[in-house]
Amino acid sequence: MMDSFFGFERENGIGTRNYVAILPSVVCANEVARKIEERVENTRAFLHHQGCVQMGEDLNQTIRALSGFGKNPNSHSVLVVSLGCEAVNAQHLTDNIAKSGKRVELITIQKLGGTLKSIAKGVQITKDMVKEASLTKRREFDVSELTIGVKCGASDTTSGIASNPATGYAVDRIVKNGGRTIFGETTEIIGAEHVLAKRAISKFVAEKLFKLVTAIETEGMKMGVDLRGSQPTPGNIAGGLTTIEEKSLGAILKAGSSPLNEVLEYAEVPSKKGLILMNSPGREVEVVSGFMASGAQVIVFSTGLGAPFGLPIVPVLKVTGNPNTAKELSDDIDVDVSSIISSEESVNQAGIRIYKEIIDVASGKAVKAELYGYSFVDIWRIGPTL
Amino acid sequence: MTDKDNVATALRTMRKGEKITVKNEKTSEVTLLNDIPFGHKFASIPIRKGEFIIKYGENIGRATANIQQGAHVHVHNVESLRGRGDLT
Repeated sequence: MMDSFFGFERENGIGTRNYVAILPSVVCANEVARKIEERVENTRAFLHHQGCVQMGEDLNQTIRALSGFGKNPNSHSVLVVSLGCEAVNAQHLTDNIAKSGKRVELITIQKLGGTLKSIAKGVQITKDMVKEASLTKRREFDVSELTIGVKCGASDTTSGIASNPATGYAVDRIVKNGGRTIFGETTEIIGAEHVLAKRAISKFVAEKLFKLVTAIETEGMKMGVDLRGSQPTPGNIAGGLTTIEEKSLGAILKAGSSPLNEVLEYAEVPSKKGLILMNSPGREVEVVSGFMASGAQVIVFSTGLGAPFGLPIVPVLKVTGNPNTAKELSDDIDVDVSSIISSEESVNQAGIRIYKEIIDVASGKAVKAELYGYSFVDIWRIGPTL
Repeated sequence: MTDKDNVATALRTMRKGEKITVKNEKTSEVTLLNDIPFGHKFASIPIRKGEFIIKYGENIGRATANIQQGAHVHVHNVESLRGRGDLT
């Protein structure tokens, strides 16, 4: 059936994957997390670089993101790895994630007696978790259970003409079927915010949108240089994008045409279905990690020049409308919609193919990034490291 | 992308001297004054210095020089109006 998928039932949602997550509460715990992952199949370590010497809203945001990583339904259970002296309260983090109904355990390196003992303990715990997870079977669920994150990266002109509009058609269908689509990259709304604001369901949502865009533009201008070169990037410029306004007008097409229902801060959990904007920068790792923290079970990544990026527990599906990229970088592309450029296919026809691929990936079809084990994660910082 | 646009985007590499049919509010034939790489823009009508560049029916920047019909339109003759930390 077209509008259902096969997923893993959790207390807090449906997973499209069934990993055991190894979550360092601070960067210092990364090596222990990584070594546990090496020793136990079907575990995924979230190797971020934050968790200490942070304060205020910046620390709160990091904690919110870590909690979201733990709660994402694509993991069956979670092992939190703490050093013991970090700013993030690892026990609170563990308790918070446990509210999702999952099994969550905590190990603390300084309490266990160091690296080797922590690795050994972590291996014992996660091997049990993986065995438990292996008993869970996929069952059929409605597409309305899906939250799809959409990102465009390594964009060129084909992004705005082909891959973004086709992606937009696909996510419109997710929304029509009762699901949720999250997009972000606030910087790449500069120059197009008035177009989006017209679709906001309320004045409150529109004003929040304008506020976020103004804030991020102001932040950029503090550096005292022309935004161009950073946004658009040198690659965007070589690919034909001249200004951030041009990039943004093409970028927003990937979010489709649905009304804008909610505007969230980074890594916040959505309260509504439909189309949601999450405040985030344009850089891949942070924004897609943010979608993962907000509960996305599949990410659609529209690319012009090609990008190999993947997350620990959420499949990142690559779509390109650039015929050269589809051919030369086929190893890293899942769906080729360059037929739009050559006029062999309409945007809508290509969009249907992307929609079908989303459903198949949700039900277990592997994406290229998963085949090669790409597993990046990081958290958007909004304060200094002092 | 729309009838209001004053630039067109090349969906293949185009050479100086080629004649391209562009559909705006009226259809016109434009002779290219430069090579236009894949994905880059050329002016479909003459654009004066200081005028807005229109793509997707929206303002995407401002011409920093007079641009002839058929000329390459990109960072060398267009400036952005946003994120200009260099102007503060």
